[in-house]
Amino acid sequence: MSTRRHLGILTAAVLAAASLTACGGSGDDAGGSGKTLTYWASNQGASIEADKTILQPELDKFEKQTGIKVNLEVVPWSDLLNKLLAAATSGQGPDVVNIGNTWSASLQATGALVEFDDATLQAVGGKDRFVPAALAAAGAPGKPPAAVPLYSLAYALYYNKKAFADAGITAPPTTWEQLAEYGKKLSTGDRWGLAIEGANPNENAHHAFAFGQQYGGEWFDSSGKPTFDTPQNVSAVKRYVDFMATDKITNPSNAEYAQNQSVSDFANGKAAMLLWQAAGSNLKTQNMPADAYGVAPVPFLATPPAGGKKVNSMVAGINMAVFKHTKNKDASLNFVKFMTSDEEQTILNKTYGSLPAVKTVGTDPAFSAPEQKVLQETLSTTAAPLPQVPDESTFETLVGTAIKELFADAASGRPVTEESVKKKLSDAQQKMR
Amino acid sequence: MATSTTAPGARPDRRDPRAGKPVPAPARRPRRPRRSFLPYLLLVPAVVLELGIHVIPMLVGVWMSLLELTQFHIRDWSTAPFIGLDNYKPTLNFHTAAGRELLHSFWITLLYTLLSVGLAWLLGIAGAVVLQRPFRGRAILRALFLTPYALPVYTAVITWSFLLQRDTGLVNHVLVDQLGLLDDKPFWLIGDNSFWSLLIVSVWRNWPFAFLCLMAGLQNVPDELYEAAAIDGAGFWRRLRSVTLPMLRPVNLVLLLVLFLWTFNDFNTPYVLFGGSAPEQADLISIHIYRSSFKTWDFGSGSAMSVALLFFLLVVSAGYLLITNRRRDHA
Repeated sequence: MSTRRHLGILTAAVLAAASLTACGGSGDDAGGSGKTLTYWASNQGASIEADKTILQPELDKFEKQTGIKVNLEVVPWSDLLNKLLAAATSGQGPDVVNIGNTWSASLQATGALVEFDDATLQAVGGKDRFVPAALAAAGAPGKPPAAVPLYSLAYALYYNKKAFADAGITAPPTTWEQLAEYGKKLSTGDRWGLAIEGANPNENAHHAFAFGQQYGGEWFDSSGKPTFDTPQNVSAVKRYVDFMATDKITNPSNAEYAQNQSVSDFANGKAAMLLWQAAGSNLKTQNMPADAYGVAPVPFLATPPAGGKKVNSMVAGINMAVFKHTKNKDASLNFVKFMTSDEEQTILNKTYGSLPAVKTVGTDPAFSAPEQKVLQETLSTTAAPLPQVPDESTFETLVGTAIKELFADAASGRPVTEESVKKKLSDAQQKMR
Repeated sequence: MATSTTAPGARPDRRDPRAGKPVPAPARRPRRPRRSFLPYLLLVPAVVLELGIHVIPMLVGVWMSLLELTQFHIRDWSTAPFIGLDNYKPTLNFHTAAGRELLHSFWITLLYTLLSVGLAWLLGIAGAVVLQRPFRGRAILRALFLTPYALPVYTAVITWSFLLQRDTGLVNHVLVDQLGLLDDKPFWLIGDNSFWSLLIVSVWRNWPFAFLCLMAGLQNVPDELYEAAAIDGAGFWRRLRSVTLPMLRPVNLVLLLVLFLWTFNDFNTPYVLFGGSAPEQADLISIHIYRSSFKTWDFGSGSAMSVALLFFLLVVSAGYLLITNRRRDHA
């Protein structure tokens, strides 16, 4: 008898526990009362906690200056777009947000973000304050930007100095052919030539863009229609996946990397090269001293095909946007102005190892370290913005996932051919409308 | 529960607390049922919640599937163009990439569900039967068996994803480094093995529920039946087949249906295990729909897939209930 009753209680408890776990959703405040703003920051530092420690003192400073309190939530990249989408749909959520600059046009199309027309830009310090290339990556061409740039970034090649010296290599590779050749020399039993974040669709899509440019490919035509499976794009994607598939300078394990394990592998000496945006601050937290690695521009093709462009990075960066549903638009713009002020731009970009998005502080000595110099040079000469079309975020997801699957093929020993790449890209394109 | 089984006359009087006492006089009952609004009033909260949580969102989902609901329109649905069944065409046209992948995902999900439910049930019945008789340590084993079900799904599955990583995972460490069963470290989270990884995690999560339900069901099987069977010379398997399983039939009817629906719709396990974009070999339909709507911002087409899925599950459930009910009536 009593066992039966116990069992009943146990059942009830288990079921109740199960139903409780199902409703642990996030209840975000609308953030409307008085002078309180909710700010969703993207994860720029080594961890969410690190970001909170970095940003909170600045927010306190802002509160002291203006009396406006800012509630901070740092959102991991894997959740950010979905959360922004939910906020845009429901008209509830934060007042001010960080967005990946490549999403600007996609989010702009929802109509949920405050337009930065000339008057609004004036309220945050004026259009001329911002680096033009960075501001150009804040919305579709010909429309008022949907955001303003906050941190600017570009891709660079990070290489392990000691590993290079041990292999007798004196200078970083400047062409992909060299990179593959060096990679083979650098790949020993427990170290690989190049680390790749193979299961992260966004990383894959960013590289697909840069390689595509070098092969003369475009992912969208002038009317905004997808052109994923052109021969140029097929060659570009194949070149990238071949580092694992045919050159074998990338550990097959990288096909399941999506939590920045490639940066850890580089920091721990398990890989000798890494293509990353401003990896410096991350490497520092993983105890890799700045003099242990070198930074060089991302390589090019030795003999670019006809139409190939001299592009080796996207214009990467983080933008700051204000939701239209905010009840404190003035306070929100005030906060944007604060975050893009000379002082904050210097403090924050210095900490994160990124570049300022405003022209006025570029001369600060903090931004002339070797890493920042390479990033700066890339941004000003050989970086191009990802296509600013509303379907951009879909492109990143679909093409990035296709490449993830190609890496999985390569890792499990299946051949990666022109045909298999083309098929994946064609399938991805069919899913666009 | 046992009242509806095929074993009439087996009702255990010994266990009936009222046994021996006179049956309550029928005169106590009111002559005519009084009409009262109280029952309806008491049902109101349940009906309101049911409408708000299930029925209305479902209808909204059907409505969404008829709209071209992309990022241009999510902020104000009234601006989304009505396109009728256009969302269903590419989805259910199996010559296009989208339709082909949906069909592939459907077969994968069906296979996954059948295997997962079957294995979970087998483990559940085995565990329940083994623990049916009291012995020292039974309570501990019961608690231990229920642990996977009591753990929060995210925590448990994240742990699995660590275990299954190729270079740093415990599974490969044991299989390759310690036991030396395999020469090369296999991938568990990408490629062909990902399906089996998903299946193992799913069975691990689901079997305690089957165990719990079957264990509860076994409490209702009277000992007399086993004693009678033993006197007739029935061995363990015969008793299992002729006493235990028939007595558990009502439990099994519900258990299998619930497990089927849960597993078929399972989102958390693949989402946490593979991080949003599952490998083709383990591309369950729930993840597939999520990817087709959230990741590509095309909620109309995602809803169309969901509605198609809803109809499939409706047909399966209705068919299942119809068949099992008819069998019971004929029995």
